Amino acid sequence: MIDKMLPYLLSGISVGGQYALIAVGYTMVYGILRLINFAHGDIFTAAGFFMVYIAAALPVPLAIPLVVILTVLLGVTVERVAYKPLRSAPRMSVMISAIGVSYLLQNLMWYVTGGLAKQYPVIPWISDSVTIGSATTKMVTLITPVLTILLVLALVTIIQKTKIGMAMRAVSKDFETAQLMGIKINSVISTTFVIGSLLAAVGSVLYFSNYTSVTPTVGAMPGLKAFVAAVFGGIGSIPGAVIGAFIIGICENIIKALGYTTFSDAFTFALLIVILLFKPTGLFGEKTSEKV
Amino acid sequence: MKKSTKNLINIGLLILMFVVLYFLEQHFGRRSMLITVLKKGAIYALIAVSMNLLNGFTGLFSLGQAGFMLVGAYTYAVLTIPMAKRMAVYQYYEGGIINFTVPAIVGILAAGLLAALLAALIGLPVLRLKSDYLAIATLGFAEIIRAIIQWDTLGPITNGSNLLKTYPTFKSVIPVFAAATICIAVIVFLINSTYGRAFKAIRDDEIAAEAMGINLFHHKQMAFVISSFFAGIGGALLAMYQGSLQANAFKSSMTYEILLIVVIGGMGSISGSVMASFLFIACSEWWLRFLDTEMYLFGGTFKVPLMRSGFRMVVFSVVIMIVVLFFRKGIMGERELWDLFTPRRKNKEGVKQ
Repeated sequence: MIDKMLPYLLSGISVGGQYALIAVGYTMVYGILRLINFAHGDIFTAAGFFMVYIAAALPVPLAIPLVVILTVLLGVTVERVAYKPLRSAPRMSVMISAIGVSYLLQNLMWYVTGGLAKQYPVIPWISDSVTIGSATTKMVTLITPVLTILLVLALVTIIQKTKIGMAMRAVSKDFETAQLMGIKINSVISTTFVIGSLLAAVGSVLYFSNYTSVTPTVGAMPGLKAFVAAVFGGIGSIPGAVIGAFIIGICENIIKALGYTTFSDAFTFALLIVILLFKPTGLFGEKTSEKV
Repeated sequence: MKKSTKNLINIGLLILMFVVLYFLEQHFGRRSMLITVLKKGAIYALIAVSMNLLNGFTGLFSLGQAGFMLVGAYTYAVLTIPMAKRMAVYQYYEGGIINFTVPAIVGILAAGLLAALLAALIGLPVLRLKSDYLAIATLGFAEIIRAIIQWDTLGPITNGSNLLKTYPTFKSVIPVFAAATICIAVIVFLINSTYGRAFKAIRDDEIAAEAMGINLFHHKQMAFVISSFFAGIGGALLAMYQGSLQANAFKSSMTYEILLIVVIGGMGSISGSVMASFLFIACSEWWLRFLDTEMYLFGGTFKVPLMRSGFRMVVFSVVIMIVVLFFRKGIMGERELWDLFTPRRKNKEGVKQ
């Protein structure tokens, strides 16, 4: 039994780590802008395509940093063009704008690639096979959880110890007061998008090393699941998002192991609905009270 | 203007519309681009209006429309496939377990009713959530519905993830328009009724509405169920339009498209949604088609850059983004087409302030 479950468990932990890297982007943006950034999943996909095209021209060690930089640029551009003009608009307008951006990015990627699935380049070392016990898996499966935890620890340190981290915390507590206290709101928001996109780019390298084929809509599902992970953990909370992502990744693969593959996606949403009904603030979310 | 004269004019306009449609169809033929766009546009108009009832009039930001359309489409298809064809369609499930066929019209009504019933069940827990949580929960339910329909164990009913086909479809544009017109008219009557005013009150301020004695949950549930009923009928019509049906097509991107139509038309405007639907379908299926083919100017010496397959959708989504960012009210805002022709009573704005 353990022998049979082990590969699923391993891939669950690995995919959980990849969801976690995307989920952090969601949860940070939500914490600050109160916006579900529907385009985040597509930025993740775009990072995949950047890699496909850049690795065709450059060696992989050079390509990875370039991919990260381009993804960050894309993320910040999306914020500047599509969210910033709507800063004073109702929240729903911004959400609609995010859906519009997602639609645009998907169509743009379809146009550039001609709608065909692209083969993700093989990255030396992390695409190698390793054997653990009875299971054979890729190196990336083992690297992902470690790398995820290191990156998240670094991020938490930034948020707790540095000045920009303090500004972020202030902005997520109270947008307007933070502004009055002289915090440059736009640079804080840009930083949030830089971090979110950076982690999404890393997540995309890990994810596509595992699932090797990139299509324009491939990011939608991991994106939504990462969002559920963020809600599950308590939106706005980074450790919550990470734990939520690991739980979702593992459960999803256990469901696959039991033979209900059709429901592995549905499970995530069922979990979301249960959480929203019984504990809408998630595992680690802050309580908010609504004023009239 | 007296109410009776107004009604007469409306009925006259509707008759005129059908006469024009009839002649257009005679002139261009049933398979022409114009008629195809009109058919699909009418179906999308119904679905967009049903979504607007929720998002624009009641202020419930729901993203579950594709799920209810899916239920409607499948209900219709499953119930109306002729007995003789069932063996071929359900070839992997030994003909399925449904041993009867109903006429198309019953199928359409059943589609709406089942979608509404499901909405009533989903609404009980989901409608307690607020704004973006509601959006993501309804989106989640739509995905769950899709997974259930594709589930192998339900194969004898839904045919699993295989294609459903050979159910009755329509050939002419007239029945589509008739169905869509009736449904949209019902929604218009609803919005102009006491219930409609309650919906708008909830949208504008939930707490004030509650203080006025409006039962929030009851009215939200009602809007949700009615919207889903018409989304289900829209789904059935869409299934008829397509001629074959697969659950995989009803992804969340379909909901997003409909939401964008509603936004382009104006949240809270029925006529806006209708116009935007036809515009959206005409642009994406027809008017912008030329962008997808390579074009040469000056006797073939100059190749217009960028134009190849897929460019149409890029241009199209850029236009949508421009509307979303800079023309947030859409085509109509919260006004209706008929408001433009009837001069507003003086002082009305003043009272509103």
